[in-house]
Amino acid sequence: MSSPAVLSAGARTTPHYVEDPIRAAVVLTMFWGIAAFLVGVIIAAQLVWPQLSFDSPYLTFGRLRPLHTSAAIFAFGGTALIGTAFHVVQRTCRARLFGGEPLAWFILLGYQFFIVMAATGYLLGITQSKEYAEPEWFVDLWLTIVWVAYLLAYLGTVLKREEPHIYVANWFYLAFIVTIAMLHIVNNLALPVSITGTKSYGAWSGVQDAMIQWWYGHNAVGFFLTAAFLGMMYYYIPKAANRPVYSYRLSIVHFWSLVFMYIWAGPHHLHYTSLPDWAQTLGMVFSVMLWMPSWGGMINGLMTLSGAWDKLRTDPGLRFSVTAVGFYGMATFEGPVMSIKAVNSLSHYTDWTIGHVHSGALGWVAFIVFGTLYYMVPKLWNRPGMWSTRLMGWHYWISTIGIVLYITAMWVSGIMQGLMWRAYDELGFLQYSFVETVAAMQPFYAIRLLGGLFFLTGGLLMAYNMWRTIRGEATLAARPRPALAA
Amino acid sequence: MTLQSLGEFLGSLWTVWALIVFAGIAFWAWRPRNKKRFEKDAQIPLKDDDR
Amino acid sequence: MFIRHEWIEKNAILMLVLTLITVSIGGLVQIIPLFTIETTIERVDGVRPYTPLELLGRNIYIREGCYVCHSQQIRPFKDEVERYGHYSLAAESMYDKPFQWGSKRTGPDLARVGGRYSNDWHVAHLASPRAVVPESIMPAYPFLADKPLDYGDIAQHLKTLRAVGTPYSDEMIANAKADLEAQVNPDLDPTALEKRYPRVVVGKFNGSTTAITEMDALVAYLQMLGTLVRFGDLPPERLRQ
Repeated sequence: MSSPAVLSAGARTTPHYVEDPIRAAVVLTMFWGIAAFLVGVIIAAQLVWPQLSFDSPYLTFGRLRPLHTSAAIFAFGGTALIGTAFHVVQRTCRARLFGGEPLAWFILLGYQFFIVMAATGYLLGITQSKEYAEPEWFVDLWLTIVWVAYLLAYLGTVLKREEPHIYVANWFYLAFIVTIAMLHIVNNLALPVSITGTKSYGAWSGVQDAMIQWWYGHNAVGFFLTAAFLGMMYYYIPKAANRPVYSYRLSIVHFWSLVFMYIWAGPHHLHYTSLPDWAQTLGMVFSVMLWMPSWGGMINGLMTLSGAWDKLRTDPGLRFSVTAVGFYGMATFEGPVMSIKAVNSLSHYTDWTIGHVHSGALGWVAFIVFGTLYYMVPKLWNRPGMWSTRLMGWHYWISTIGIVLYITAMWVSGIMQGLMWRAYDELGFLQYSFVETVAAMQPFYAIRLLGGLFFLTGGLLMAYNMWRTIRGEATLAARPRPALAA
Repeated sequence: MTLQSLGEFLGSLWTVWALIVFAGIAFWAWRPRNKKRFEKDAQIPLKDDDR
Repeated sequence: MFIRHEWIEKNAILMLVLTLITVSIGGLVQIIPLFTIETTIERVDGVRPYTPLELLGRNIYIREGCYVCHSQQIRPFKDEVERYGHYSLAAESMYDKPFQWGSKRTGPDLARVGGRYSNDWHVAHLASPRAVVPESIMPAYPFLADKPLDYGDIAQHLKTLRAVGTPYSDEMIANAKADLEAQVNPDLDPTALEKRYPRVVVGKFNGSTTAITEMDALVAYLQMLGTLVRFGDLPPERLRQ
């Protein structure tokens, strides 16, 4: 984290709005992004060269993988959401953040403390081993406190707004905050073995635990990684394009249908398991229906650019955001397809799922964060634009190539492994032993690693560009290059 | 009536209920009367003078 | 129209409440019946809470995050049943806190790995997977064999589990420590242990040392996975959900 002096150096003074915690959130988001991509690259390398765990208890795939997913979702994504939520709510409500700087710092730093506690816990083996809900009871409790403060600050600001109408981005952020609170509390109900120990046993078990976990898990995707980032889309794309959202009416319908349907989709993670069939069927039906509101939102985001497509050429930041919406459309088409039981019987347990998650996480979440940060940094530090527009362009292409390598490798390996598992030879025996299917994955794991390296490189370019911009060096764009649309 | 059949009955009702609410929201959103208001609301992000 | 969306748009609290109601419906409809419909968990015999040693082995499985690469859930497909055994029942994980069905098979399913390999195979494989399976990409866990098992508070674990619904009896809790030690000591009389935990497998799982190690516990857990239900004498209607 940068020192406070750097955070406010040369920044314009807007006494009305809380700004310093937002600047800190921007820098922290970048830091966690690099951390998440780096750990991702390390574990991708471990699947190619398993010796890379060095026989250490702290570096096994089993402990590093939750570190990677939590760093990406909760540290990178979560910090970006806290920062942008504060940024958006003040500007669309035309009100200073409720609780002012002290509450904002408490939320931001309290959340960082949650991340550090969770991450060190994973390395030491302190985990619930519930996917995306790994932190143990004391970390969960701390997050609950921070989250209530977050809701308080957000809701308090909306309540004291000067703008009569609550802008649609705020609906999405609010739905995200309140739904995550509900999911987090119910899924993590647990009793510690000792009040001074880290281990706890959950309230739920077996099939009910599975259903509750994926009700939580899928809506960590639905509300954390989707609804909240749609809030981001509904503010920053109109802002960067300098045009109102394509259809405000569509955004209303988008909101209600999305929040209603998403919550039902969890059981598609449990197709053909011991979960009763009726629940699986419900999960499948709603997952398929979810395609409609998702694409409604995508159309709304993309069409906002209509009449301003030329901006995509001059503003690589906006290009990131718009490509993100494109990837959102792709991932939300692929998702419903994979939730159909016949498809799922092939795709489940394979790398296809991993590829699908990354087209959402890299293509949608990371790209919209990149686009948003490229918009926010010059504004927050009062610069004419990013230090180098050209470097932004490089970042865009390197990352895009990285994603394409990643997801195509996972498609091929996933479908191939799924088919190999169910292949029979002419005598009616299973054709491949399990380990033969593992060996067949190796080339694709190497390609995936390469894709990850590309994405990490892009992230480093961005961090460097951001650093030069914040330090306040003369913008390259202000010299011979065409000026960035501000 | 067992709990399961009651659950199924309610399940079918939810679909109808959800459809009505959805139709209501859609009708309301595209009501010509509300057009102007929404166009104004959509301008909110652009109103503030954030440089 | 009597209800005006305008009220919602302008009233943050109302909007919050309506959002909460909207997102609650799906969860309520899908989760509550799993607790109330009796056939959700099939009525089969044999499933029992974990022995103290198996429980601590399971906790090591959880600590190491084995679920990120291994599922414990066999789907009812011809190839899976041939590869792994009878498809998984809800009853078989009814005492699992948390469930470890998993969502990715970078390695094979482990729902019925119990009894498939010898104890020595597991110890060698966990310590150095590629020494046993050259193509394996599993990390090595040599440290498990050296690390003494920490079981001083085992009775407290059983008590905590009972408080959240696992049917451990007073007798099981009182004898937790003795039962744990009895399971790794083939020289002791296992009658009492077997009475409390039917079908328990007794043995010195980690033969490389006399101390009770984490390796003993983990292998004891792996060796019981999927072994509790006898499918041979099970009428099909008992499997109906």
